[in-house]
Amino acid sequence: MTAFSEYTAYTEGDPIADAKAPSGAVQERWDTRRFEAKLVNPANRRRRKVIVVGTGLAGASAGATLAEAGYHVVQFCFQDSPRRAHSIAAQGGINAAKNYRNDGDSVHRLFYDTVKGGDFRSRESNVHRLAQISVEIIDQCVAQGVPFAREYGGLLDTRSFGGVQVSRTFYARGQTGQQLLLGAYQAMMRQVAAGGIELHPRTEMLDLIVVDGQARGIVARDLLTGAIDTHFADAVVLASGGYGNVYYLSTNAMNSNATAIWRAHRKGAYFGNPCYTQIHPTCIPRTGDHQSKLTLMSESLRNDGRIWVPKAKGDSRSPEAIPEDERDYYLERQYPSFGNLVPRDIASRAAKNVCDEGRGVGPGGQGVYLDFGDAIKRLGRKAVEEKYGNLFEMYERITDEDPYRVPMRIYPAVHYTMGGLWVDYDLQTTIPGLFAVGEANFSDHGANRLGASALMQGLADGYFVLPATISDYLARTAGAEPVTAEHPAAVEAVRQTEERLAAILAVDGDRTPDSFHREIGELMWELCGMARDESGLRKALARIPEIREEFWARIKVPGTGEEFNQSLEKANRLVDYFELAELMCLDALHRTESCGGHFRVESQTPDGEAARKDEEFSYVAAWEYTGLGEPPVLHKEQLDFEYVHPAQRSYT
Amino acid sequence: MKLTLRIWRQENASQPGRMQPYEVDGISRDMSFLEMLDVLNEQLILAGQDPVAFDHDCREGICGACSLMIDGQAHGPQKKTTTCQLHMRSFRDGATIDVEPWRAAAFPVVKDLVVDRSAMDRVIQAGGYITAPTGAAPEAHAAPIPKPAADLAFENAECIGCGACVAACPNGSASLFTAAKVNHLNTLPQGAPERETRVIGMLAQMDAEGFGGCTLTGECATACPKGIPLASIATMNKEWLRAQRKATR
Ligand SMILES: Cc1cc2nc3c(=O)[nH]c(=O)nc-3n(C[C@H](O)[C@H](O)[C@H](O)COP(=O)(O)OP(=O)(O)OC[C@H]3O[C@@H](n4cnc5c(N)ncnc54)[C@H](O)[C@@H]3O)c2cc1C
Ligand code: SF4
Ligand code: FES
Repeated sequence: MTAFSEYTAYTEGDPIADAKAPSGAVQERWDTRRFEAKLVNPANRRRRKVIVVGTGLAGASAGATLAEAGYHVVQFCFQDSPRRAHSIAAQGGINAAKNYRNDGDSVHRLFYDTVKGGDFRSRESNVHRLAQISVEIIDQCVAQGVPFAREYGGLLDTRSFGGVQVSRTFYARGQTGQQLLLGAYQAMMRQVAAGGIELHPRTEMLDLIVVDGQARGIVARDLLTGAIDTHFADAVVLASGGYGNVYYLSTNAMNSNATAIWRAHRKGAYFGNPCYTQIHPTCIPRTGDHQSKLTLMSESLRNDGRIWVPKAKGDSRSPEAIPEDERDYYLERQYPSFGNLVPRDIASRAAKNVCDEGRGVGPGGQGVYLDFGDAIKRLGRKAVEEKYGNLFEMYERITDEDPYRVPMRIYPAVHYTMGGLWVDYDLQTTIPGLFAVGEANFSDHGANRLGASALMQGLADGYFVLPATISDYLARTAGAEPVTAEHPAAVEAVRQTEERLAAILAVDGDRTPDSFHREIGELMWELCGMARDESGLRKALARIPEIREEFWARIKVPGTGEEFNQSLEKANRLVDYFELAELMCLDALHRTESCGGHFRVESQTPDGEAARKDEEFSYVAAWEYTGLGEPPVLHKEQLDFEYVHPAQRSYT
Repeated sequence: MKLTLRIWRQENASQPGRMQPYEVDGISRDMSFLEMLDVLNEQLILAGQDPVAFDHDCREGICGACSLMIDGQAHGPQKKTTTCQLHMRSFRDGATIDVEPWRAAAFPVVKDLVVDRSAMDRVIQAGGYITAPTGAAPEAHAAPIPKPAADLAFENAECIGCGACVAACPNGSASLFTAAKVNHLNTLPQGAPERETRVIGMLAQMDAEGFGGCTLTGECATACPKGIPLASIATMNKEWLRAQRKATR
């Protein structure tokens, strides 16, 4: 038998019976949980240590809040400063059910939109809590001095995002992530100065230390010196972001990676819905093989920009030479009530379809127009500049084209991963004491995330949910024995890490880390990207072990492990990508329905929309690791809908 | 395009560095400057040589990680553009390009083009925040903020903490960076209660870190990729004087 057929022969384990959400009316569950949570006496908190890996929105907000509460926080990031975490790049905005517009918004509507937008593959309890907390997040950020956009009367401005018909997205021009992160970072810095947070920048977690079944520490490498060290605590929080960079080209920052969550998975944390990835419809198309990353053009542009392609195939005229009646505004045509503001998965697939028909524009026909001509006529250039100025500048810098005069060209790109470590209602993984927040967990977005909801979730997790639930865990584990570097579990984790790095360095082959990253990325984009089918996924599953083998025969990393070595960092992350890619393909193969961002070619409605199979697949797929290349075990968490009744999503 | 690069190579903080020439060929005009360096590094790795270390992450001009002196200019020749957003179309075919790290007393070199900018984090720790512990916030609309004040705060809040202002300044001053944060927070009503302690604390930390004094040469604002205005420094100085007066009263 080949390695691949073994791997696909996964078995089904016990279902996950209880995700630990309290019972009762959905709007009361979070209050119930908070009331039931045990508390740690303020005088004892200094002695309780929490490791937080990551300083993005989720990690920074969690670290600052836990330190404010009096816990001893030890926090890590691989960048030189916590302020540079990938969250800084989020552009468009953050949702909140404030209903400042009086346009019919409410907590219930945000809850409803998010469950529906996620194509009925998320938990009602979690999503409702998220919608409730959204309101407090805006208050918190304003108090920190986050300069949200305001109207002339001095009140906060909002705009619309895809998949909804109310205006509930708060924003700070095209730099919302930056401003929110700086708010959380500054709160963190205050705690660093006050001694509440011990900060380790340029330090990368390479393994998790589990003692007696509980997460008690991490193995981390000081990226400047290469020194491998252990750090111990009473609980560990992973806020390490998403894994979109498996695809090599994505909108994620270059160094975003999956190592923290993958290592935790190998140590026993289940991985939830790995195949749910989000392909964002509006990114700048690639220009050549040198391309190192793709740049997002915020979804907010779809508020005023109109998407179109020529009606005729292979029409190579310049856009201004194509008369109005020869343009196909295909989203407005197919989805008249949502028009250009359909959810991301739908907009991306529609773009792919018109390009596949040969109606794409720009080099290679891999692009569609996003046209601001009408908006400039209607609102004036100044108003458009006010709203989108920095995005237009960025577009021009990259493409050398002026979007005030020529329509932008856009194409879908990998952007976000809805999958991640499986967590219960408390955001705790299947390893007691290991929590996951932000994009690193699988929690709230089901099979498709709505725009401006990741920032909301990251901050809800970090500011409000985790601090309440982790203290319950800490209260229940009071008196746990301290762990030291001499503990066999720690010694073993360090040994394995050192061996892995030494093995990479020892190959001394003839291929660079980037060449392998490109290869696995292209394979995933082609076979486990916007559209997936059985034969393609099987092909990928056959190919991945071969690439992995080739890696161990041909990788070349110059230098040593005892110094600043960026090639070694990259190569080590690849080792985890290969395994994760395999699990993503297996998950995609097993889920023979289409839902949200997961589009199985075999399962579509007559007009080409994703066709869910609720009787068979209304569950979270939580995968248990059993060994390298070994078939994993699938645990199903059944999803029940009491409040939002699953229906074929309709945006027409 | 074919280019000659002269790049600063330095093994670590304790070794001396030197400029080292390299040739790269087949560079496309559509590549970013960092993608051009990627091409060089692929060549170096395959030749068994140590690739050039440089900081970068978002490659979208927002994280502030990238930090190169290109032909003596912080972030290179294009105005209001970070190194990662600079494209090769800004250079001539056949050009010789000098690439160096940020140079400033407060930014020791880590390796090649990578420097240690943690001093900037410590300046923020010294007061670059508003004390608003989680959960204590009033309703967001409780205090409307006039749009001009909100816009001014935003303009200053755009700083990405890259350190180009420090690298461009003949004195190695971090005044523009510090002023951006002081202006952001002191302009807002939420920032008012800590208005004096903020400016005094941050400026004292700036001095303690070994950043030089400001002589208003304006090089910082010219180099700044986010267009933080030079006027912010004047406002910060006024805030500082005001705070001093208040403290001695
Ligand atoms: C270009 C772009 C635009 C976006 N725009 C929006 C938007 O407008 N609205 C919205 O809601 N969402 C948006 N998103 C999504 C959103 O930005 C992210 O989902 C979110 O910021 C993730 O935050 P996080 O805190 O979970 O992780 P990140 O911000 O990715 O932070 C991860 C942190 O973990 C650290 N880390 C990771 N691994 C390790 C390790 N092994 N050891 C040590 N440290 C580690 C990193 O250093 C970093 O500090 C956008 C995403 C992109 C790519
Ligand atoms: S003021 Fe400008 S140059 Fe200085 S750190 Fe901020 S963004 Fe960079
Ligand atoms: S790499 Fe982020 S600003 Fe240049």
